[in-house]
Amino acid sequence: MKIKKNIALSDSGFVFDPATGDSFTTNLIGMEIIKMLKDGKSHQEIKTAVLKKYLTDEATFEKDNYDFINMLTKHRLTDGDEKEKD
Amino acid sequence: MTTKKLQYERPVIQKLNTGVMNKFGTKTEYSPVTHIENNSVKELINKFGSPLFVISEKTIRDTYHSANRAFKNRYPKVQFAWSYKTNYVNAVCNVFHQEGSWAEVVSGFEYNKALGNGVPGNKIIFNGPDKREEELLLAINNDSLIHIDHLDELYLIKELANETNHRPRVAIRVNMDTGVYPMWDRFGFNYENGQAWDAINKIMLNDKMDLVGLHCHIGTFMLAPSAYGIAAGKLSELALAIKKKYKKNIQYIDMGGGFASKNTLKGSYLQGVDTSPTFDQFAESITTAILNAGFTENELPLLILETGRAMIDDAGYLLGTVISNKRLSDGRRATIMDFGVNILFTSFWYDHKISPAQEFGQHTEDAVLYGPLCMNIDVIRENITLPPLMRNDHVVVHTVGAYNMTQWMQFIALRPAIVMIDTQNVAHVIRNRETLNSIQGDEVMPTHLKDFKL
Repeated sequence: MKIKKNIALSDSGFVFDPATGDSFTTNLIGMEIIKMLKDGKSHQEIKTAVLKKYLTDEATFEKDNYDFINMLTKHRLTDGDEKEKD
Repeated sequence: MTTKKLQYERPVIQKLNTGVMNKFGTKTEYSPVTHIENNSVKELINKFGSPLFVISEKTIRDTYHSANRAFKNRYPKVQFAWSYKTNYVNAVCNVFHQEGSWAEVVSGFEYNKALGNGVPGNKIIFNGPDKREEELLLAINNDSLIHIDHLDELYLIKELANETNHRPRVAIRVNMDTGVYPMWDRFGFNYENGQAWDAINKIMLNDKMDLVGLHCHIGTFMLAPSAYGIAAGKLSELALAIKKKYKKNIQYIDMGGGFASKNTLKGSYLQGVDTSPTFDQFAESITTAILNAGFTENELPLLILETGRAMIDDAGYLLGTVISNKRLSDGRRATIMDFGVNILFTSFWYDHKISPAQEFGQHTEDAVLYGPLCMNIDVIRENITLPPLMRNDHVVVHTVGAYNMTQWMQFIALRPAIVMIDTQNVAHVIRNRETLNSIQGDEVMPTHLKDFKL
């Protein structure tokens, strides 16, 4: 899973897609996941980072991340053609 | 050295849409409510289970005082009667009785409940279209106030009066045009077409019963105090006409119930807290009409009020827990709660205010709130803005004290416990959570169906 390269992300959680003009807002953890995706981090690397930093368990994060990635895709913020790097 | 981990919040992303802003600003109903009168929501659920109804005794008493003050400041003779059908959990009824409320019942079941609570028979108002013969006889012998709904009931009371030494104390229920739609004309006798006056004549010309009052109940969740003014005016005219024709003073005018609570009706643009009239507005409208009708000071009838919903709604909370989150086919967030329309019947009518019961960040999501029933109609809120709730998070549903604990349905699950928080902030169970035996204790299995082999 990769985020489109031209997506802009501010420190306050504001997400802008210059290709469509759409803008979004995300929370702190969403912002961190998007940043890691932009940096090319794998799903496993993201999971490890989140579990290390936040009070949660693997199953909860898996469910929530699945939903979050689906929403990124629904909002056309991902490069759909590229396969996820694991 | 270990680093302290941060509180986790589900990742969310929300598209920003430009459009017309609500002129009242963004909604703020997602402020967390972690405690109800010093009782932690989490601890209440841990102790009494989820879902859980919670009733505030203090709010009931404060609301009663507020209503009582509004009417007594304007009129010399006022009596409240607690509407059992709104919430007949005995502890709730007794709070009202301790405050001085009589009982207003609409069935034999409720009548016996009031007697069981210790309400004297002559302080029970018996309303409703279905009063059985034995129930009427009991009410007559107890000197209760019987509000006649139809001619069949009037003639039955005439017959019963011949069988007993007690003179039935009756009133008639009057329906009328008060300028609101829909007009409630299925209960009682119509004012405009003369039915009410016909019924009055039949009672007055009978020497075995006493017409002591006039009653009306013009609607429910009424947002127009002026309609009560019209109704009070018409009942006063009837009372004065009775005085003129029969030289008899009507002892009381009963304005029924129907005052709106602070809930928000579905489809309403404004919040209920902003649109529902106050007790003072209802009181002003009703008492002005009676005081100006032409009664002398000594003839002023007792004013009875059967206000239910507006008295108890604010005092009730429903605590619940998130079962799961899911995403609908159109991308909307759906959250499944452990309470549904089976116990929150009023979610068919209201957009209930629902608050998370734990602290959250500033981000929110638009969501649909579903109940746990395996039925498509089980929707608590079609759309609501809430922080990202997670499984096992708790919520507080506000203003649920009216009708939910009487109209709730036992469907596929057991009904929850009800807890009352007293004025010292101590929680008491006032109705236990149901058990399997509560439901099937009265079932009877025919012998030939007892055994089977699979």
